[in-house]
Amino acid sequence: MQKKHKLARGVAVVGAGMSKFGMFKDKDSKDLFAEAFREMLGSVDKGFDPNDIEAMYLGNFTNDFFIHQGHWGPIISDLIGLAPKPATRTEGACASSALALREGVFAIASGFYDIVLVGGVEEMSKRTTEEVAEGLALATVPYEGRVGFTFPGVFGALATAYFNKYGANREHLMNVTIKSHSNAPLNPKAQFPYSIRDMMTMKEESAKKKGNLVPHWDDEKAFLRDPGANPVVAWPMHLYDCCPISDGGACMLLVAEEIAKNFTDDPLYVAGIGQGSGKGLHAASDLTTMEATKNAADEAYGMSGLKPEDIQFSEVHDCFSIAELIHIEDLGFFKPGQGYKAVEEGLTRRDGPMPINTSGGLKCKGHPVGATGIGQLFEVWKQLRGEAGERQIPNKDLRVGAAHNLGGTGGTCTFTILERR
Amino acid sequence: MEQRPFSDISYEQYLAEGKLMGSRCKKCGALFVPPRSICITCYSSEMEWVEMKGEGRLHAFTCITVAPPFMMEQGFDRKHPYCSGVVELEEGVKVDARIDGVDATKPEEISIGMPLRVKFLHWGEGGNRQTYLAFQPV
Repeated sequence: MQKKHKLARGVAVVGAGMSKFGMFKDKDSKDLFAEAFREMLGSVDKGFDPNDIEAMYLGNFTNDFFIHQGHWGPIISDLIGLAPKPATRTEGACASSALALREGVFAIASGFYDIVLVGGVEEMSKRTTEEVAEGLALATVPYEGRVGFTFPGVFGALATAYFNKYGANREHLMNVTIKSHSNAPLNPKAQFPYSIRDMMTMKEESAKKKGNLVPHWDDEKAFLRDPGANPVVAWPMHLYDCCPISDGGACMLLVAEEIAKNFTDDPLYVAGIGQGSGKGLHAASDLTTMEATKNAADEAYGMSGLKPEDIQFSEVHDCFSIAELIHIEDLGFFKPGQGYKAVEEGLTRRDGPMPINTSGGLKCKGHPVGATGIGQLFEVWKQLRGEAGERQIPNKDLRVGAAHNLGGTGGTCTFTILERR
Repeated sequence: MEQRPFSDISYEQYLAEGKLMGSRCKKCGALFVPPRSICITCYSSEMEWVEMKGEGRLHAFTCITVAPPFMMEQGFDRKHPYCSGVVELEEGVKVDARIDGVDATKPEEISIGMPLRVKFLHWGEGGNRQTYLAFQPV
């Protein structure tokens, strides 16, 4: 692959932090970002002086809608004592903080800054479910909402197109859910640290306690097929195909490659960044692929000189189960139409040849929209540094990891490749 | 055909008049539904209105049980889901539309590729009347 886009100078990641993701009555955006910031400070191996941070890029989708507060750059700048240095909010729906990373990379690569903080935050749980749905619908394309499409509905349509083209069905989506949930109990930051088996047991115990008829399912698939346990939201998207509503914050410290060794002997290098934009459902030539993802992948592979087979593991945006299937193909990990077979064969399990979403994915970890981009990269950071604890990928030579982030229904996509040298 | 601006506002006005309209680039012939004022194939801004025949096939769909407020007002909910989809028109372009006349409680019986004809759904009265683009099985 020919190297195309180049940075004027290299950028490294030397620190990262992430709050627990979940629905928190007693924590707000500032509390959650502070958790992430605190962890990031402690994660820099040789320590550093936070006063040296020269600028911040912060992803947030729409706290404006969720908590009636906008202009988040200065609020977080104040929180972390950055003011009067510059703070910029980036927005790309669910890809907002991956955009923050990209801008931070450009800011350092340009030579203007040496040390930049990138992060993201979102606070969704203070509204009702209906209000959150209305907020998320802000990220769809107007023509879609007009004819009744909801956010899950758009992904439902993508799924019917995928099923029709490749002969897949709901069972293949269930494999994604079961696989991601198998990683979830191993992630202490996850909103739902439960396997599907755990969910089944919890429902049985809850029924026992209430003196209700105790349900029984033979296995995970039976549970996911049960409309009582897994109701339809926007067919074929069911409850367990959809990521939850979450609050959370995350951040990463970026520095110029040439000074990285002042912070750690083991920096991660930003090998490739890529981004793309996409039109709506009606304008896509093929609904089983996303042009924005393809563009982002082209840029990142081009910049890094790497190929899909060089990526050893990846976080892949699984806002809905079908998105994971589409993107593992779009990113080149599996051929078009083979993604669902790969998941069925267990190839994307944590102990498989191509682990996808070892964090549990958005489905289990949570999806505080603006924080997700950096949240995904936090997982890549932990895995590459051998710090993922019980969910560490059992590969002794882990060097290249990636994260794919998707905004809206394909409007903004990013692909970021980190490398350990 | 009169020269209304090639905009979403005009698109909606035409729907209210029972017409599915697109814009076609006079320079290169590219067709856009909904209309564009800038041709993204050749960058000309010389467009003309074209009325679609209203025939097409179902390209993708979903059956929605968790409805947004404006759809709930029209009587849709968990027990009464509705179908939204993408329709490929005979003219080769695709549109988002409601899919009417199908049983949204039986999505397994809705076939991609089924032939459809345009239908304009109206809701509300007077100044509040809304028109929604829909298609129904032929």
